[in-house]
Amino acid sequence: MTSLPITLTINGHKHELEVDPRVTLLDLLRERLDLTGTKKGCDRGQCGACTVLVDGKRINSCLALAVSHDGAQVLTIEGVAHGEELHPVQAAFIAHDGFQCGFCTPGQIMSTLGLIAEGQAGDDPERIREGLSGNICRCAAYGGIVEAVLEAQQQLVKADRRTAA
Amino acid sequence: MTLELSLNQQPAHARQGSSIGQPLTRRDGFLKVTGAARYAADNHPPGMLYAVLAVSSIARGRVAALDIEAAKAHQGVVEVMTPKNRPALAADPDAKDHPFMFRLDLLQNDQVRYPNQSIAVVIAETLEAATEGAALLSPRYEVLPARVGLDGAESFVPRGVGVGGPAVQHKGDVEAGLKSAKTRIEATYETPAQYHNAMEPHAIVVAWDGDTLSIDTPSQGLAMAQGRIAGLFGIAPENVHIRSPFLGGGFGSKGMISGPQVLGILAARLVGRPVKLVLRREQMYGPVGHRAPTRQTLRMGMDGEGRLTALDHHAKTASSTFDDFFEPAADASHTLYASPAIATSHDAVRLDTGTPLFMRAPGEATGSIALESAIDEAAHACGMDPLEFRLRNYAEVEPMTGKPFSSKALRECYRQAAETFGWASRPLQPRLMRDADGFLTGWGMGTATFPALMFQAEARAVLRADGSGLMETGAQDMGQGAWTAFAQIAADGLGLDIDQVDFRAGSSDLPNAGIAGGSGHTATAGMAIHNAGAAVIARLADLATGNEASPLFGAGNEGVLARGGRLYRRDDESRGESYAEILTRAGLSEIEGHGKGAPDPASQETYAKHAHGAVFAEVKVDPDFGQIRVTRLVGAFAAGRIINPRLVRSQYYGGMIWGVSFALNEEAITDRRSGRIQNANLAEYHVPVNADVPSVEALLVHEDDPHVNALGIKGVGEIGITGTAGAVANAVWHATGVRPRRFPIRIEDLLG
Repeated sequence: MTSLPITLTINGHKHELEVDPRVTLLDLLRERLDLTGTKKGCDRGQCGACTVLVDGKRINSCLALAVSHDGAQVLTIEGVAHGEELHPVQAAFIAHDGFQCGFCTPGQIMSTLGLIAEGQAGDDPERIREGLSGNICRCAAYGGIVEAVLEAQQQLVKADRRTAA
Repeated sequence: MTLELSLNQQPAHARQGSSIGQPLTRRDGFLKVTGAARYAADNHPPGMLYAVLAVSSIARGRVAALDIEAAKAHQGVVEVMTPKNRPALAADPDAKDHPFMFRLDLLQNDQVRYPNQSIAVVIAETLEAATEGAALLSPRYEVLPARVGLDGAESFVPRGVGVGGPAVQHKGDVEAGLKSAKTRIEATYETPAQYHNAMEPHAIVVAWDGDTLSIDTPSQGLAMAQGRIAGLFGIAPENVHIRSPFLGGGFGSKGMISGPQVLGILAARLVGRPVKLVLRREQMYGPVGHRAPTRQTLRMGMDGEGRLTALDHHAKTASSTFDDFFEPAADASHTLYASPAIATSHDAVRLDTGTPLFMRAPGEATGSIALESAIDEAAHACGMDPLEFRLRNYAEVEPMTGKPFSSKALRECYRQAAETFGWASRPLQPRLMRDADGFLTGWGMGTATFPALMFQAEARAVLRADGSGLMETGAQDMGQGAWTAFAQIAADGLGLDIDQVDFRAGSSDLPNAGIAGGSGHTATAGMAIHNAGAAVIARLADLATGNEASPLFGAGNEGVLARGGRLYRRDDESRGESYAEILTRAGLSEIEGHGKGAPDPASQETYAKHAHGAVFAEVKVDPDFGQIRVTRLVGAFAAGRIINPRLVRSQYYGGMIWGVSFALNEEAITDRRSGRIQNANLAEYHVPVNADVPSVEALLVHEDDPHVNALGIKGVGEIGITGTAGAVANAVWHATGVRPRRFPIRIEDLLG
């Protein structure tokens, strides 16, 4: 297969890449860039384990060909914390035990970040449940996930108010 | 936080305020929320190639042709492994030396015996090339008719069910009991084939170095996997090093090493380079086990007071054509309800499927949904409230054996869960409750039970001259929280703060921690850790009490307490010294101790050991469309000592949601003509998503059990499914007046 040149900015770092057009964004991250935090659970957009943000929007990276996102900004789970300092969503997932095996967790967290950015999380648990239903958790830590999102959302709103003031 | 370890082994006294019992957050939490936790498929040794399976699209027959040339001609493809060039094995993959050894499909011939069986492996420089190479093989088959469904073959009575228990058991005279009954019920229930579907597909990254193997693969039983691989390749077990620090879920499907994982090892052997092989989701519907379908018939007789006079539970199930695993569904009736006569029996058929295996609560889950439904039918036939009926038939001793229970706080579970749920206001008759939107509302209940099992485990404890400790055991964390719970037990065992203890697990070069299964891992490996800690503290105490320079001189082991990194005189706590001082004076950089965990044979003989629980469910059913929603679940569980209530609640929630899923969602659908599974993916094989999940509450009922083990641990991983599935089914009946007799419950069954 002829490789095609693309540029991706991943977690703030620019990557100039030559990519086989068959390579999905997920496989590019995992198999070529050692960004293995993003997981492959089904490889056909049914489980959400591979969720990342592309230009701020959540997508299933298993359904995205890397070459079709030339020039995009990609945020993966590895780019969410600042060193040892966790993002409020990450900290809330730990505090509310929003995972067990942890395999779907990067996707759940990225999906949560996307949901919050969409302004769709709010303080209504029902909307959060609906908004995160593209992310399967076979351990069924759903209750903890919803609690975590509610708490993180509150903290982010508070932080915004502080910044605004 | 005060930490204390008593050397005279009275845990209830010694462990107050210790690490055990604290609701710590997961110690692996940071790694898991940052993406830094490295699962098997995240590894990438230098020079690694990608292996992709080609799997059969037929259920039975043989592979007549593969276009190997086309696959090999594809750019990047390095090799195609088929029965013709597969490296030799030291053992026949069809040999079965013991019941825990399952036959594997390792390209030993061209036969196909189930759909999604491996028929070739394509190895390439990239995942894309290997995937395309596998597609290019375009297999042609000689097809034989598939044997499908519980009526698809001649039935027989298996030699053993589950892990080898008798297929047929009875006490008392069931027929006489039924005859003498005032009220009788008989009902047949069907449960479908289900697939574990852990989020992490089975994966292996493997590198050979001469005759030694370096492997990353998820395993619920590292030592067993190590032994199986060593046997197949004719190498020493210590030459097989398996790392499995995190499993992306297991649920029983990663208990035994599977065929595809071994094919990864063979592929690496063939090409002489490291290889990664990861199953595609649809490839998990065959070679890695499933929960077998069942058809269960229950007959019950009751006297005028609603007491059981007889309980008969028959289960028909299915195994593969080439191996034995028989879902012990009817055995669920051995432990829960008192009856003078109980009979359980099984028969089975052999079908063209992959071999069924242990899946979370094997036997208990399938048996429980049928038993709890039938109990509900019996209560209704007697005109009794389902809780009152269960209390009327409460088992004071284990019904089948007559043994006393080591502990049983089930009455308290019923009381707490019923009160929290608000059960008392439930109308006896169905179809009487509606919510504000006009939805039919129903309340149902079920009793939960799971045996308190223990296996064999070992641990090694070290105390170092800097005052810190180390605990090692090859334990496996598949999400239940082993990294955290075992560190808590280790900290108490060593008399140290948890942050002073290095806890190492998840690797086959550590002491054998046994299997993470049967809800027995915490009890078994936990006892090994506890005993290893006691052993090393005893050595430390010897050093101190035997040395004239120590303030503990002459106190004797029994006279010493370990707490917060110091030993104290029991009779005078002002006299003590730190671990570091004792080791430094002795000129030792570290000392070690070993411990084992295993069931106590004497108490095993004397007591029946089970965890118990009660689950109450509310469902709402659309009266026009039959759509069912579970809106509320309350469970109360008594499972001995709770090491970490935060993690235990999560286990109960997960189990209860699996119970909802059993009642309403999960089913693998087999095409009767081809024998193929029609919904081998996560869109059409339904598992609950966040929006499906109701408000779930799990109450932890206090229970001291002095008999199960010194720590009093039972086990919590599987019990949540039992009771819940039946509670949901019974709530559906209460909402609609229609009794669900096949699962998952379908809309059309309610509208019929």
